[in-house]
Amino acid sequence: MRLDPQAGEVIDRAAALSLRWNGRAYPAHGGDTIVSALAASGERVFSRSFKYHRPRGVLTAAFTDPGCIVQVGDEPNVRAAHRLVEEGMQVRSQDTWPSLRFDVKAANELVGRFLPAGFYYKTFIAPQRLWPSYERVLRRFSHGGVVSPHPPQERLGAYDSRHAHPDVLVAGGGPAGMAAAVAAAETGASVMLVEEEHALGGHLRWGDKADLAALAELRQRVDAASVEVLTDAVVVGRYDHNEVAVVQRGLAHVHERLIKARPKTLVVAPGLLERPYVFAGNDAPGVMLSTAVRRLINLYAVKPGQRAVVLSANPQGDAAVCDLERAGVDVVHVEDARRGGDVVRAIGRSGLRAVELPGGRRFDCDLLVTAVGWTNPASLLTMAGDVPAYDPRAARYFPDVSRLSGDVLPAGGVVGDGTVDELTAHAGAVGREAARRAGFGTTAVRVPKLPVDSHPELFHGRTHGIVDFCEDVSSKDLLTAVAEGYSVPELAKRYTTATMGPTQGKLETVNVVAILAEATGRTIAQTGTTTWRPPYAPVTLGALAGRHREPVRYSPMQPWHAAHGAVPLVAGAWVRPDHYGDPAAEVGAVRERVGIIDVTPIGKLDLRGPDVPSLLNLVYVNRWSKLAVGRVRYGVMCAEDGVVFDDGVTARLGDEHYLMTTTSSGAAAVWEWVESWLQTEHPSWRVHVTPVTTSYASINVAGPRARELVARVVDDVELDPETFGYMQVRTGRVAGVAGCVLWRIGFTGELSYELHVPAGYGLHVWERLLGAGGDLGVRAVGIEAQRILRLEKGHLIVGQDTDGLTGGFSAGLDGLIRLDKLDFVGRSELLWQSQDGGHPRLVRLVLRNDTVVPDEGCQLVGRGGEVCGRVTSSRWSPTLRCGICLGQVAARLATPGTEVTVRLPDGRSEPAVVAENLAAVDPEGVRLRG
Amino acid sequence: MILLPCPWCGHRDAGEFRYVGEGTRRPDPETATRQQWRDYLYLRANVAGWTTERWYHRMGCRRYLSLRRNTLTNEVAIGDGP
Repeated sequence: MRLDPQAGEVIDRAAALSLRWNGRAYPAHGGDTIVSALAASGERVFSRSFKYHRPRGVLTAAFTDPGCIVQVGDEPNVRAAHRLVEEGMQVRSQDTWPSLRFDVKAANELVGRFLPAGFYYKTFIAPQRLWPSYERVLRRFSHGGVVSPHPPQERLGAYDSRHAHPDVLVAGGGPAGMAAAVAAAETGASVMLVEEEHALGGHLRWGDKADLAALAELRQRVDAASVEVLTDAVVVGRYDHNEVAVVQRGLAHVHERLIKARPKTLVVAPGLLERPYVFAGNDAPGVMLSTAVRRLINLYAVKPGQRAVVLSANPQGDAAVCDLERAGVDVVHVEDARRGGDVVRAIGRSGLRAVELPGGRRFDCDLLVTAVGWTNPASLLTMAGDVPAYDPRAARYFPDVSRLSGDVLPAGGVVGDGTVDELTAHAGAVGREAARRAGFGTTAVRVPKLPVDSHPELFHGRTHGIVDFCEDVSSKDLLTAVAEGYSVPELAKRYTTATMGPTQGKLETVNVVAILAEATGRTIAQTGTTTWRPPYAPVTLGALAGRHREPVRYSPMQPWHAAHGAVPLVAGAWVRPDHYGDPAAEVGAVRERVGIIDVTPIGKLDLRGPDVPSLLNLVYVNRWSKLAVGRVRYGVMCAEDGVVFDDGVTARLGDEHYLMTTTSSGAAAVWEWVESWLQTEHPSWRVHVTPVTTSYASINVAGPRARELVARVVDDVELDPETFGYMQVRTGRVAGVAGCVLWRIGFTGELSYELHVPAGYGLHVWERLLGAGGDLGVRAVGIEAQRILRLEKGHLIVGQDTDGLTGGFSAGLDGLIRLDKLDFVGRSELLWQSQDGGHPRLVRLVLRNDTVVPDEGCQLVGRGGEVCGRVTSSRWSPTLRCGICLGQVAARLATPGTEVTVRLPDGRSEPAVVAENLAAVDPEGVRLRG
Repeated sequence: MILLPCPWCGHRDAGEFRYVGEGTRRPDPETATRQQWRDYLYLRANVAGWTTERWYHRMGCRRYLSLRRNTLTNEVAIGDGP
């Protein structure tokens, strides 16, 4: 029932909304949470519990409420006591069948003896072969909502991320957090104040007139100070060097935003959480904490029940009695726990009907309010080094400030009690000290000590009840765990799963420890506690994944590719044309006429300086000292373990000027590699490295008519084979563009020129080549055709025909590697590889049935059926009209003419013979020298 | 993510760097035995405490740097190379 307007209410009575709960329409006001709206209409049950499917209602009426987790539309696990109502919201209960009111799985409770502590560990161990069936059954019992298969952007708005560098970050926007933030901001420090609720104020929001007045004043001071306030946001973790993760929710068009903040100082002021009490029936709908009823009445003007019994051990509990009476609830009895009062059991399953107190007293009621103590949510402090210590006088844990990292300071209820004035004075001093440690001020601020109120130790009564409301773990389960030897909190936690549910120990940890302490005859301090780890609050995977940002690279010729039907191929960071519809015809064009290939992604490093030859001699396995100006050479790089790392050609453009190319995927790694040798091993060498991969657009013009075509577009380069021979380089103008580099190389096996033109003119030159060569039959050629051409020529691809174990001599590089060179990277291992022999080798395989193209990765087997290698590259060759493939084979089978068997994926075997040469087309290399 | 003090760029998030590894010395390839060479390639002390390690500031100045780091506490100090 909705009450008359309350002084501190947050609902907007002028805004009438409606939502649907399990199909039925309910009214709501602006500012209502899902639970406050439903409770105002008299609903009491919002979920079924995890194991026994017991009906559950409001317990804390806050984000942590374990009984108020629902499905909203296709968003699962929404905290219904926190999420604000939006018009037309579709809300359903989770994991209930056929309905919330009548849930079949509630029968679990009748077979409760089958679900004791450690049930899964005990029951599903043997026989192991049955685990798949167990898993299928257990999955049906998993708790939680239904995940949508659709990307979240479509329904929720994007996930997002942000970096922030405030001087001071204050976690918690209650009175202490607000005072600390204001005090820090007044020193000139930039301050970020993060509050989990929808508004600043903490417990003052549901307090009395004096509290509300204090809150209004604090809010004014926050508004006046330059503080960045984030509400509906929570600090989920504190990591090394004060990296602080904040999840911000409920923004317009952004569902959740992960803020990675790096404050100089972190002030931790989360306040205190009220602790549930353990007794029989303590999870019945209608049993609530005092803060829950105060929130329902004062924030949402909701009458939480008709007849109430209150168990109070503190002034906040007494204040709840006043609130209840003011709301017109009939408080039939107040049981004072400070004078030995207690609750024996709550009666009623789908809703509280009566309460039994000691001495056989019994009261009919529909609301039982408990106020038995407070828990320090020590999470963030623990992440900063704190080991909280239990104080029996106050019945709660306190931080050990001396263990905290110097850039983390606690304030508010986690360190002590006191009036609002005392708390804000203390927090103000903490805020100033936090700012000083961030560099604002010089003299250390004296932080006053907060008083600590004494509080009776109340954890559980004389009957057994639920300890962990999320995981349905009872105090009886904990005793079972102790009896079976799991008496240490960390073990009992894992054995019973207590503290491992969505509230992550915030409500239940201290009760768990207290029950274990009692069962083992130790004190709470001796028993210790479990470790609080990040995240402090549950984080969605969407928030962690953030917005999908993966930049891709296109060559300057991409508009032409796109307009001419190029099929895209994602190759590392690049998107390249795989083919233009007919790769076989593209191969034919290169073999018979002329083709142009966009090879822009090839890595390019501009090397300058007198010591470039030393660098090349060091990083390549072959010799480089005598490379003349105007010449190009192919080289292979091996790592220090002798494994093939990258390959490419390098040209000498001038006396002290070289252009190195690398594989497309290796461009970044080779640059780092070269820099590593220059910076760490040879800092005295004078070499300057500039990456120019994207400064040039690169076009390979290949085919018997390549010279004719290139001649039509170059202005000042002599192409005559006598002057510009194979493996030479020239610079000049191409299609009117100055500063182009042309080299005559031939990985396709045909006469070819590779043109590197300033990137801005890439498309221009590409189109000029196609325009100028119409009568020559010029054709654009994609990556697939390039791979076929290379394979026909027997050129290995690093990473395809080699892997992480392929030493240089296993890659068919015997002729290239110069072990007589004094030193180069990988020389020692290559020397030993050549001395030892016995290494696998890269060979070409000719299948007897040459119409078969074995899949890449097919195994090669020897006579005895043993695996002796694999196919590394294979394609149908349009030139030879047969399958061609390369493979790695064991040394003893690498001799040309040796027979091996290729085992196909379908189990068939194909006999094959090791060929003489790696190249299947033009092994003598006549064509490319033409 | 820890902060690393780059001598050129100041304190930067470790995500900007590539962790190269514990500082090692390349043995003289002319005289190194196989054992010495493979120790250089594969053996690391993996100290629980202060260690010297190399990082590459790939998203910053692109310099390789040596740092001293306490692997237990992630305290970091600018230190000499190995």
